[in-house]
Amino acid sequence: MKAQSLSSFFSHQVIALAGVLLINWMVFPGFFDVTWKDGRLFGSLIDVINRGAPVAILAIGMTPIIATRGVDLSVGAVMAVAGAVAATFTVAGHPLVVTLAAALAVAIACGLWNGLLIAFLGIQPFVATLVLMVAGRGLAQLITEGSIVTFSDPALIFIGTGSLLGLPMPAVIALLLMVGAHFFVRRTAMGLFIEAIGTNRSAATYTGLRSRSLILAIYAFGGLCAGIAGVIAAADIRGADANNAGLWLELDAILAVVIGGTSLLGGRFSIPLSVLGAVIIQAMNTGILVSGFPPEFNLIVKAGVIMIILILQSARLGEIAGAIRSLKPFGRKMP
Amino acid sequence: MNARYRPLMATTLIFIVAYALCVSQYPGMWSTRVLGNFLTDNAFLGVAAVGATFVIISGGIDLSVGAVIGLTGVVTAILITRLGLHPLVVFPLVLALAALFGAAMGAVIHFLRVPPFIVTLAGMFLARGLASVLTQDSIPIDHPFYRTVSSLYFKLPGGGRLSAIGLTMLAVFLLFGLIAHRTRFGSYVYAIGGNPVSAALMGVPTGRTTVAIYALSSFLGGLSGIIYSLYTSAGYPLAAVGIELDSIAAVVIGGTLLTGGYGFIFGTLIGVMLQGLVQTFIVFDGTLSSWWTKIAIGFLLFMFILLQNLVFNRQNGPAHLRKGPA
Amino acid sequence: MTQDQRALLEATGITKTFGNHAALKNVDVSFHAGEVHALLGENGAGKSTLIKILTGAYSLDQGTIRLDGEEVSFATPLQAQALGIGTVYQEVNLLPNMTVMDNLYIGRQPRRFGMVDRRRMEREARAVLATYGLDIDVRAELSTFSVAVQQIVAIARAVELSGKVLILDEPTASLDAAEVEKLFDIIRRLKARGLAIVFITHFLDQVFALSDRVTVLRNGQRIGTRPITDINRTELVKMMLGKDLVAHHGDILAEESDVGETLISLENYGLKGRVAPLNLEIHRGEVIGVAGLLGSGRTEMARLLFGIDSADGGTLAIDGRKTVIRSPRDAVALGFGFCPEDRKLDGIFGDLSVRENIVLAMQARLGWFRALTRDEQMEIAGNYIEALDIRTASAELPVKLLSGGNQQKVILARWLATDPRFLILDEPTRGIDVGAHAEIVRVISRLREDGLALVVISSELDEVVSYSSRVVVMRDRAIAAELHGADINVARIVETIASHHAEAQP
Repeated sequence: MKAQSLSSFFSHQVIALAGVLLINWMVFPGFFDVTWKDGRLFGSLIDVINRGAPVAILAIGMTPIIATRGVDLSVGAVMAVAGAVAATFTVAGHPLVVTLAAALAVAIACGLWNGLLIAFLGIQPFVATLVLMVAGRGLAQLITEGSIVTFSDPALIFIGTGSLLGLPMPAVIALLLMVGAHFFVRRTAMGLFIEAIGTNRSAATYTGLRSRSLILAIYAFGGLCAGIAGVIAAADIRGADANNAGLWLELDAILAVVIGGTSLLGGRFSIPLSVLGAVIIQAMNTGILVSGFPPEFNLIVKAGVIMIILILQSARLGEIAGAIRSLKPFGRKMP
Repeated sequence: MNARYRPLMATTLIFIVAYALCVSQYPGMWSTRVLGNFLTDNAFLGVAAVGATFVIISGGIDLSVGAVIGLTGVVTAILITRLGLHPLVVFPLVLALAALFGAAMGAVIHFLRVPPFIVTLAGMFLARGLASVLTQDSIPIDHPFYRTVSSLYFKLPGGGRLSAIGLTMLAVFLLFGLIAHRTRFGSYVYAIGGNPVSAALMGVPTGRTTVAIYALSSFLGGLSGIIYSLYTSAGYPLAAVGIELDSIAAVVIGGTLLTGGYGFIFGTLIGVMLQGLVQTFIVFDGTLSSWWTKIAIGFLLFMFILLQNLVFNRQNGPAHLRKGPA
Repeated sequence: MTQDQRALLEATGITKTFGNHAALKNVDVSFHAGEVHALLGENGAGKSTLIKILTGAYSLDQGTIRLDGEEVSFATPLQAQALGIGTVYQEVNLLPNMTVMDNLYIGRQPRRFGMVDRRRMEREARAVLATYGLDIDVRAELSTFSVAVQQIVAIARAVELSGKVLILDEPTASLDAAEVEKLFDIIRRLKARGLAIVFITHFLDQVFALSDRVTVLRNGQRIGTRPITDINRTELVKMMLGKDLVAHHGDILAEESDVGETLISLENYGLKGRVAPLNLEIHRGEVIGVAGLLGSGRTEMARLLFGIDSADGGTLAIDGRKTVIRSPRDAVALGFGFCPEDRKLDGIFGDLSVRENIVLAMQARLGWFRALTRDEQMEIAGNYIEALDIRTASAELPVKLLSGGNQQKVILARWLATDPRFLILDEPTRGIDVGAHAEIVRVISRLREDGLALVVISSELDEVVSYSSRVVVMRDRAIAAELHGADINVARIVETIASHHAEAQP
């Protein structure tokens, strides 16, 4: 049954992706062309997974959060913070390992901060993460002292622009993270606990689940993912842009998770499907780009997609439809 | 003293103390000129924040307001410069469009029961996208009416200038303060924020009111967009990026409960002024950098969220999610 | 009052079905002007469904409602209110964030020049509340006042708006004695004004103190309507619990002499405002049946034992060692299990599969990292599905699709998988079909024989009698009596529940 519902879910996203790719191919026949040059692959399709990687990584972290009925609005700002830390550390001459450790540690700290406010002070996730959303970019600017810190450390840049086995590095990282996170939540009891808390918090408490520490861990993981995405984004442009790094990406990440079939009301989730959601979003972006429409068109299309998905998911719509259906056979006089 | 006034009193006190400290360091900040500029520079934020106050009191959120500012600015600029319409014809038109935009969001929120933050997020994408599709560059508005209005001001004693847009903001605060605190519609807004189920049972037209609240927020976003276009003499699709967060911060710092039900329009004015004060201080100081504004506002936001959590949880007793069954 | 008095609000043949469950079956009830009419029944009897139909919150499937002799129908509470039927709910359904006068007048505030005329509103609000003996600052927020005052404001609002029928749904649940008295004064005054007052409570004292007539519902049917002068407490309890005193000697499955040594002992273990200090020994291989009406403190006792509420006095010892239970997690670690009264709200994880629902408590004890493999889960789930005869097409079916009885068995399986020492079952057989019912009773006895300690709360007295080694009767949030041996029979339990003054507890 689970396998069945998952496969029916799966087909939705796969069909959506296929549809988007098909449209892309129709407006831009060269869309599926992939070439091999200088030891790596090139082409629109490769571009999709490369450009989609940061959102995919954010979506990996956002999925468990949304599955527990939460949301993290600060991931874009945390990306900027992590990028800023990475850039300043590498410019200061620290080796790559130290740079990465520092950037990711700061990102995890941001996640823990959110988790503390939510799990232990009982502040609504949306409200709690707003604080860092507002202040995060200020912190990032504080770290970079307001300028765009550029760097030239090839090892760090490799993370954003290099390639492994012909695939772009960001995509490789996203893939590894997806596989790792998926197996981690499914091979441990985490996945089950997350779904239990998201399905019925009260019953979870009655069952003796440690809800608070789990929620704390989830937000810390969300912070870690934002940190990884932030380092990639910085490495990609060889600099930390506190103002624009990760701008609005929190919204793309939420959208990816929702497209991936996780309800904003919590419960069942799938990390691979969220990643697929991110790929769908990026395929639309790339499609709009290659077909010659202005990139600003993206936003409008995204807005349309959000609305369609939400309307389809809306329990209320089902209620209304159900009410209309039930009226017919049992029609009675209405007051 | 009622506990719910504490955040507001705290804000007022912080503002007075902060202003006094600023003045003690830079006596130049104690002048009507600085005050006048205060109002002018923050007019668009203030107007948008009034809309956010209504939305937040009702227990909702509007993330689209910055995008609405950008869109109305662009549409205004296009209608004036390309179609040659008079601003006084254009203004009501764009305001009506903005209100309609908000009403549509409100309808989705109420009738499809979709969380407001995600609906207004879609609204934000839509408005920014439309604005960017219309133009990617700033469209300068060079119209005699604009020149007249931007140079319109009252002279204040001490050489300060109370500009037309600053005055507009004050008028908006006054008018919408009356609407919030003295009309049936205002009481419906508080009622929905307090408990939408009770409100509906007590006869509050929740659907109509919700639609009206988001229409009002977008209307004020539109007005703010017009003010912004007057302020900058241009329409720019990326105008006022992130202003929704500043306005939410202003509302919360002004003593409005982010989860709805409590709040004051006047508090929002102080919240806006406090943000303006931080900025002005940084300008006066010269050595401090602009990012301290964001950090300071984030910190204030955090303190007030914490304060509200303490005040309102204490007041409403321990958070028993539901009654212990018999 | 007299029988031939004309009914103000009359409902006949009311039937309401949710899915396959008939919540109300052909119920007739009538309320007269100038009477206080108590509506009684245990949980699931159909009281709240009836109220919701009478106030327009639910539509009815069959039947008619007459108000002043005319047939009426309403789709929303607002329409019912406009026709004259006002309701005050137990959880005061007002707006605590707004002023008292706003609460009284919202939706119809007096206006001047388009603005709310606050002065006039204040004046009128004061005048209205004065007739209820309330002299308060109506400009203050409602939340600044006690629940009793809020309750009176709610009543004032309902009466001002409706003025014919006033339905009070457990208005006294969170009031102290003096506040209850004040409320009763107000109700009597409204009665004198000619309102029909429907009064829902589970405190028998209050029924006898206040009402003129009483209607008892059970399992969605009306058991009877009687003038209060024609009935005594025992008869009333019998009507509510559906027991006749003709000794019905079912199988007695448990003997107190069979019990093992003490597992848990409570000494003055209580929580102010919820349960009076409890003194109780719970033994291995024993079923303690807990009987008592709604509101007697039976569920509060269960919550306390399981750490959902923390005790504020007394001690709890397990095998003679004092222990502190601060959370369900602590309780689970000690080998406790709890099947809550409200399965849907606190018990099942509706969207999760039967398998996942069964293994969750066990997995919670194992922690995050020692995960049961899917095969292990399948095996555990399969075992319990078979052992408890859980009727499900597959272990992978979302548990919300199962019937109530099978859901209850899933929750039971969840705890049995943790190999518990002590189980608390709160109304384990409510709202479930006969087959599953018998099965659960059998399981209870089997577990006792296996040496578990059990506390079983139930309104089904036949059941309690059959599986209990000992029966604890709760009343007024305290243990009223412990019944042993031959005293464990339905008649004795009913008598104890109904008796006025608590006998000294040994």
